[in-house]
Amino acid sequence: MSVLDEAPTSQSPLEPDQAEDTSPQRKPIKVRDFKPSDVLLLAVTAIAAYSIVWIIFDQLTLFSGEFGFVVTWIVVFLGMYWFINLQIYGRHMAVDRLLGGIVTIGAMCMILPLVLLIVYIFSKGLPLLSLNRFTQTQAGVGPLSPISAGGFLHAIVGTLEQVALAAIMGIPIAILTAIFLNEIGGRISSSVRIVVTAMSGTPAILAGVFIYSIWVLTVHDYSGFAASLALAILLLPTVTRGTEEVLRIVHNDLREASAALGAPDWRTVWSVVLPTARSGLVTSILLGVAVSIGETAPLIMTVFGAQVMNTNPFHNPQAALPLVVYQEIKLPQKSAVALGYTASLVLFILVFTIFVLARILGSTWLQNTLRGRGKGKGARLDGDVEEELFSVALAPAMSFGSGEADVDLGYHYRPDQEDPT
Amino acid sequence: MMTTSDVTTDARKVASSSAANLGEQPITAGELNATGVCAWFSGRLVLEDVDLFMERHAVTALIGPSGCGKSTFLRILNRMHETINGAQLAGTVELNGEDIYSPNQRATWVRRHIGMVFQRPNPFPAMSIEQNVLAGLRFNRIKTSSKADLVEEALTKAGLWTEVKDRLSNMGGALSGGQQQRLCIARALAVRPSVLLMDEPCSALDPASTLRIEETIADIKEEVTVVIVTHNMQQANRVSDNCAFFLSENGKPGHIVEVGSTVKMFSAPNDPRTLDYVNGRFG
Repeated sequence: MSVLDEAPTSQSPLEPDQAEDTSPQRKPIKVRDFKPSDVLLLAVTAIAAYSIVWIIFDQLTLFSGEFGFVVTWIVVFLGMYWFINLQIYGRHMAVDRLLGGIVTIGAMCMILPLVLLIVYIFSKGLPLLSLNRFTQTQAGVGPLSPISAGGFLHAIVGTLEQVALAAIMGIPIAILTAIFLNEIGGRISSSVRIVVTAMSGTPAILAGVFIYSIWVLTVHDYSGFAASLALAILLLPTVTRGTEEVLRIVHNDLREASAALGAPDWRTVWSVVLPTARSGLVTSILLGVAVSIGETAPLIMTVFGAQVMNTNPFHNPQAALPLVVYQEIKLPQKSAVALGYTASLVLFILVFTIFVLARILGSTWLQNTLRGRGKGKGARLDGDVEEELFSVALAPAMSFGSGEADVDLGYHYRPDQEDPT
Repeated sequence: MMTTSDVTTDARKVASSSAANLGEQPITAGELNATGVCAWFSGRLVLEDVDLFMERHAVTALIGPSGCGKSTFLRILNRMHETINGAQLAGTVELNGEDIYSPNQRATWVRRHIGMVFQRPNPFPAMSIEQNVLAGLRFNRIKTSSKADLVEEALTKAGLWTEVKDRLSNMGGALSGGQQQRLCIARALAVRPSVLLMDEPCSALDPASTLRIEETIADIKEEVTVVIVTHNMQQANRVSDNCAFFLSENGKPGHIVEVGSTVKMFSAPNDPRTLDYVNGRFG
């Protein structure tokens, strides 16, 4: 008899959690089961591949270098893994396992540098991190002061003010541009899109030089506002492209429904398109903000930096966290370099907080949507917005928050796709 | 008794004034008259010389195989056709004797008076059931003395009131497909249109929901003229008073083969192609 006779057909193989209540006679089949013996097989293959590569690479030939070793190891491992699965399970399973292996290794290659970076910043910055780094400034702290003295409050305040000003200036323009590109269009929209694309490739230092020459060198002086002008230039294309991507996913049916009720176009955008894309919009805005927080190059020529607190962003030089990192690590003293790492940890915490905030804001709205609307069209639409946004524009956020969605091949499976539409 | 043009002028006055009270506006089914309608997509003629009169207090069904231009014709009736890139049209469409394509006629005014229900239910996902029903009023800045009454009235007409009256603040997308479509009908009826156009409103729904929508159509046809596109011959037979059979043969643009009362079209049509189509022998 066939396998299907042993398995209850009502049990969906996609939901193995439900299998626990069933009696042994009605055991559901497990598609893509990865048994303990398979884990063992994987480990043994990896070790065997390592040994073979060690013999050939290090002992028999004149090759050298860790990078080459690892690449050879991966290639040999994949080949062996495919061959062994071919012997045990057959061709179909072998190809499945091979591709699964390639995808998993690819994901690990993406996650590894990030993990190393975070570990490095924490190991370097953590020893000197204390509460006064968040509550004090560098005022009165000189080369002879103890290393525990002072903090980065002036830089945190400076960065937040500069980025907030940049956001206030840049985000409305960015959203209006995205609305123009997606909702109005017309003949010049393609050239506008090219300009936006080119802008997103602008080197950050150029934005700094530009503001330096037209703002700082003229009547004005170094100020937080000059920095926020430069940051706004950099934030503009990021938010525009993210927003445009989100608006594009809002279903055209909704625009038609609105128009068919007699709504003018501006009303359709304001009351239907933007509220529908709200969660994606929030995420896209916060990500633009988070990106501009980390910019250093435009700050060098615009805020100049300061050791003391300057809460007025429109007058006199101000400090900024990325600039503190840059300036401290340049100094010859070891204590200053160590402090630079601590400053970068503080910056990391700040950026991380904003990224987490972006995710929480986005997902709260998403959950409300799902709870309120069940499996309906609205839920599917918002799911699309979220999913597209994260996969297209905001890959870095995903890696910061959690990497769990990256490797899942069933990521695009949605039960409500079976709607007969 | 007011004349046709009086009614239209009155309705227009009410619509153009933002302070207009919807409750005072008389409910009037309108009549639509299309003459010599042609339609192009990117320069390709898809609909040629269609004349059709859609009388008030009646349901007119547009039937015909896929790609014969029924939906295009329907969208021309409330100026939704022109929203598509590369779409052009010719001919005249008159609502109660007034040309909806005349240069001083606003498309938003036309669409507010000639409502539309689409093939796929499309409630606004960011709005509650109540907000969905009132969306048209908000979009047109129409004031009403009692929003609650209007919501109840529109939902009752659409046959949805008893099912949702306890959860009006829930999101529209939480409803089932059939309920969503009835919500869309309620949303379209809330602005008190003269004509309601329905583009295959039941094609995405199950038989039970389809039945409810058909009952709704029968209930509302005294207040609003209904024009419905359908691929379902039994449905056309059940709900409509008049039928227009569209056909596009051998790559030629779509045109009307025959118009008549539904009884005659389904029992003894003049054209043999109509007989073949309504009996399911092609299409």
